[in-house]
Parts: sequence; C-alpha cells; structure tokens
Amino acid sequence: MSTPRSHLEVLPRSLQVLLAAALVVLVAFPFIGTDFYAQTIARMMILAIFAMSLDLLQGVTGLVSLGHAAFFGLAGYALAFLTPAGEPVSLWWTLPAAVAAAGLAALVIGFFVVRTHGIYFIMVTMAFAQMVFYLFFDNKVLGGSDGLYVNFKPAAVLFDLEDKRVFYYFTLAVMLLVYAFLRRLLWSPFGRALSGIRVNEHRMRAMGFTTFRYKLAAFTLAGALAGLAGYLWGAQTGFVNPELMGFQMSAHAIMMVILGGMGNFAGAIIGAFAFEYLLLWFKDLPAVGAVDLGKHWQLWMGLFIVILVTFAPRGLLGVIERLSRRKEARDE
Amino acid sequence: MDFASFLIQLLNGVQYGLLLFMLAAGLTLIFGIMGVVNLAHGSFYMLGAYLSWSLSSLTGSFTLAIVLGAVLSVAFGLVLERLLFRHFYDRDHLDQVLLTFGLIYIFEETRSILWGDDVHGVGVPELLGASIPLTENMSYPVYRLFMSAVCVVLALGLYLLISKTRLGMKIRAGAFNREMAEALGVNIKLIHAVVFAIGVALATIAGMIASPISSVYPNMGSQVLIMCFVVVVIGGIGSVRGALISALLVGLVDTFGKVLLPHLAGMLVYMLMAAVLLWKPEGLFRQ
Repeated sequence: MSTPRSHLEVLPRSLQVLLAAALVVLVAFPFIGTDFYAQTIARMMILAIFAMSLDLLQGVTGLVSLGHAAFFGLAGYALAFLTPAGEPVSLWWTLPAAVAAAGLAALVIGFFVVRTHGIYFIMVTMAFAQMVFYLFFDNKVLGGSDGLYVNFKPAAVLFDLEDKRVFYYFTLAVMLLVYAFLRRLLWSPFGRALSGIRVNEHRMRAMGFTTFRYKLAAFTLAGALAGLAGYLWGAQTGFVNPELMGFQMSAHAIMMVILGGMGNFAGAIIGAFAFEYLLLWFKDLPAVGAVDLGKHWQLWMGLFIVILVTFAPRGLLGVIERLSRRKEARDE
Repeated sequence: MDFASFLIQLLNGVQYGLLLFMLAAGLTLIFGIMGVVNLAHGSFYMLGAYLSWSLSSLTGSFTLAIVLGAVLSVAFGLVLERLLFRHFYDRDHLDQVLLTFGLIYIFEETRSILWGDDVHGVGVPELLGASIPLTENMSYPVYRLFMSAVCVVLALGLYLLISKTRLGMKIRAGAFNREMAEALGVNIKLIHAVVFAIGVALATIAGMIASPISSVYPNMGSQVLIMCFVVVVIGGIGSVRGALISALLVGLVDTFGKVLLPHLAGMLVYMLMAAVLLWKPEGLFRQ
C-alpha cells in the first residue's frame, strides 16, 4: 500500500548556502539575542538532534518508529539517577553512560521490533515505548507520574555548563558533530545498505545482506543518539518526567522529520526548529474576546498537521525543491 | 484464591477482553481492508463515553442515549471517511500516522471545548443496578454481565454480517482483491465507507457501555488504543477471529496479572506481545 517517496539525499547548492547562513546566525545568536530566546534555541537544537536520530530510521532506513521518545526519555532519567542530590556529577562518564543505556534499551527492544514490517512496526514500537512509559509512570521508585529533578548540570571541568552561553555552544557543537557523523554515515557502505533496505529489502537480502542485523544496528544507533538528545534535555531543563517518553513526543519527532524533509538530516534540523517554533507560536496566540486562542493550541496544531499531510506531504524541503525545480525549468 | 474470587476475576477478564475486542475488531477491519493505520481509533471510544454521559443526562434515559449515540457515530464515521480517510487509503503509512495523530489533537481539544476537562460519572441504569451474591460478602454486578452480553451479541452480529450476508461477501471480496471485486461490479467505495462506519460505531458503542464503570475523563482513548494495538499485533492484522481470541487472552492476562503479580501487572501484556513476536512475527492468525 505504501508508495516509495523520492528522497533528497544530496542538498542543492542554494540550500547549502542557506544552511551556512543559518549556522552563522546560530553562532552569533547568544550575542545578538536575549537570554530567553537563546535558551529556546538551545532547546530547539536538542530536539534537532532527536529528530536527526529518528531520520536515520524514518528517512534513511524506511522504518517509521512511533516509540522513539522512549530512548530520549531513558537517557534523561539516567542523568537524573546518576546526579546525586547535593553535588554535580561529571559529564565525561555520565554522558557516555546515559547514551549507552539508551542504546542498550534500543538493542533489546529492537531485537523484537525489527522482525516486523510496515504497520506492525509502527504499532509494536508504540506499544514497547508505552511499556517503558508505564514502567516509569507506575513506579514511585522511578519517579512516578511526577518525574525527577536533576539538581545540577553535569560538571565538565574544562568548561562550565551552568553558564547558559557555554551550554548553548556545547549543544550547538554536539548538534554539528551528530550532523557531520550522520552525513558521513549516510554515504558509508553501512548507510548505503540502509538506503537499500528502504528501497527494496527483499533485493538487499537476495544480494546477501543480513538485513535484520543492519536494521537492528540502525535502531540501536538511533536509540543511542536519541539518548544523547535526552541527556542534554535533562541537563538543560533540570527535570525529567514520563511525558518525555510519551507517544506525543514520538509523534512530534516524526512531525519534525516530515516537516523538514526526510533522509538528509538537514531537513530534520530545519523541521525541529520549525515545529518547535510553531508550537510556541500556537501556545502564545492571544485571547480574542472571551476566547483564549493560545489555550486551544492542540486544535491549531491538529488542524495544521492534517492540512500539511493532506497538501504538502513532502515537507518544507520538498516545497523548496519543487519551487527551485520550477524556477530552473523556467530559466532554461 | 478461592473459587468465588477466581470466578469474579475470570468474569472481569472476559468482560475486559470483550470490550477490547469491540475496539480491536474495528481497527483490524480498517487495517485489513483499507490498509489504514488509525491512531484516532481510541478517540472514538472517548467520544462514545462523552456521548453517553451528555445524552443520558439530556434524554434522561441510558438506553435512549445508547441508541442515539450509535446512530450519531455511524453518521460521524461516514462523514469522516468521506472528507478525510478516503483520500488516505493509498497513501504512505507515515501520512496516515500523521493524519490520525493530528485528528487526536483535534478531537481532544474539541472535547475540551464542548464538554470541559472534568471527570464525570455515568449512573448504571436502575434495571441493571443489582448485584448477584456469590458468597456472604462477595457479589458480582449485573451491569458487567450486561456489558459482556452486549459485546457477545455484537461480535456474533459482526460474524454473521461478514460470513453469511451478501454485504459480507462483498467486504471479503474487496479485502481479498480490490481491483477484481471492482471489475465484477462491487461498489468498493461504498464498501469502504460501510466498513469504516462499522469500525467507528463499534468503538463508540464500546465507549458508551463502558462509561458507567470506567467513568468519563479526558485522554481516556489513548490508553485503550495501545491495548488495542497489542491485541491486533497478537491476533494478526485483518483477522477478526484473531482479534477475538487475542482480546480475550489480553483481558485475562491483564486481569489475573493484577491480582497474582501486582508489581509486574503493567508489563505482562507487553511481555506476552514480545513472546508472540518472537514466535510468530505476523501474529497468531495472520490472514
């Protein structure tokens, strides 16, 4: 029933220039913008890492996971458990530990879910993520429905993450590293094999690829990278709760990847910024008369999603690509 | 566990399973025949509960509320199919996921605007308010038996509709080979609309009859949706028989798990699903 989408793996020159300009703005922002907005942008960058990790599954391998937030949340909880009540904990071992925990959980869950295809994969990932959600939601020892506080940002010795500006640049650096890593991966033999699985898994298997192992590796890696984002989220907000693993969070990540455009990671970053901005915009809508428009943000977001998926299913990059192709056709 | 409390748990488990079947049957039919993954299916359950609450206070009669609600839900299903879902049958699953996720937001917020965010109770109708005494201090409410009976009757009706009627034959033909059925003159668009409306109606009726024992609250659809996914995954997509057996299995495992292994109760059903996935990744009764 599903139709393969055309993917934009190579970014057009015009878009590369645009991205470079955006990067300059991101680097300069803490000096030109207010503190509040710098923090908002840091959060958007964390979500961009999360969205990129999902893009590895959704856009590259063609696996639509509706449970990706489980790994995001798990790493946040790992930081909360590892941080003692009275003092900060070192970044250098807790970050790898939290990422490894998320990766391990993804390996175990992946072992079951990667056997399934299409609709089954969507439902099974959602069900397992919900299992993790209820594990934390129902158990007081694990924080229960209220969640846990992370009292201190991790200590890094070389730099001070409590300083908002330092945290901003640290997040930016991590985001760029993840982007560079995933772009390299996309063009490596491993990445090509994942793309092949998306296009035609049967053929890949006939060519001798153990697709199960490739998919499991992709699922584990994506889970670990989602954990990286979750760790930063826990450090930034100083608070984790089961909502982070909820299926709304997973669906938002899918939305970000779709909104930007799948399969090239730049789209995931653009989508994360755009989606988060929209969410804030809807929540900040003014009251008109007796009706507080911002209070009903779910209605606007719902309508937006339905309209987007009905009319522009290939996202912002798809729209830009279509426009630029139309322009080229006119120029010739 | 003595016999009386065992019997109570058994009846509860079967009743929960039958209720899950009402929802899962619609989900699995819509998957199996139209190829649509519908995250908003739980919202129809919530809609049913709110309809029963507002209609029974409006009309003063629970029975009338259920009949009215069922009619409204069929109409709602037909409109929704015509306006939105019809255009998504041949689209990517990803688009269907997004569409129905967006619908959850719209339904939840509309519910909040129309009916508010409070928890409500719906009274058990007087006729069914009694309890059957089992021992000196244990009894079983008649209403739960009534619920199970309604589910069994509807399940039987669904079975007869699909396997014994002309419409059912067309539905099966459409699921088996859409183009061929169309070439033979089956109006497949109409069949799809009917199947979708049946699915919506079953979920809504489940929400209505469950409302007196579960109460009526925001977001009540999402938890039940996940359970239905588990049921459909275990049973195998497209198989109504599989959905029935798997729903009863899930209902019993969940109910007895809560009594026998309380600290693991929340996880048991998912472990069951994981075990089935290892053994039969396509579900027990994949067609």
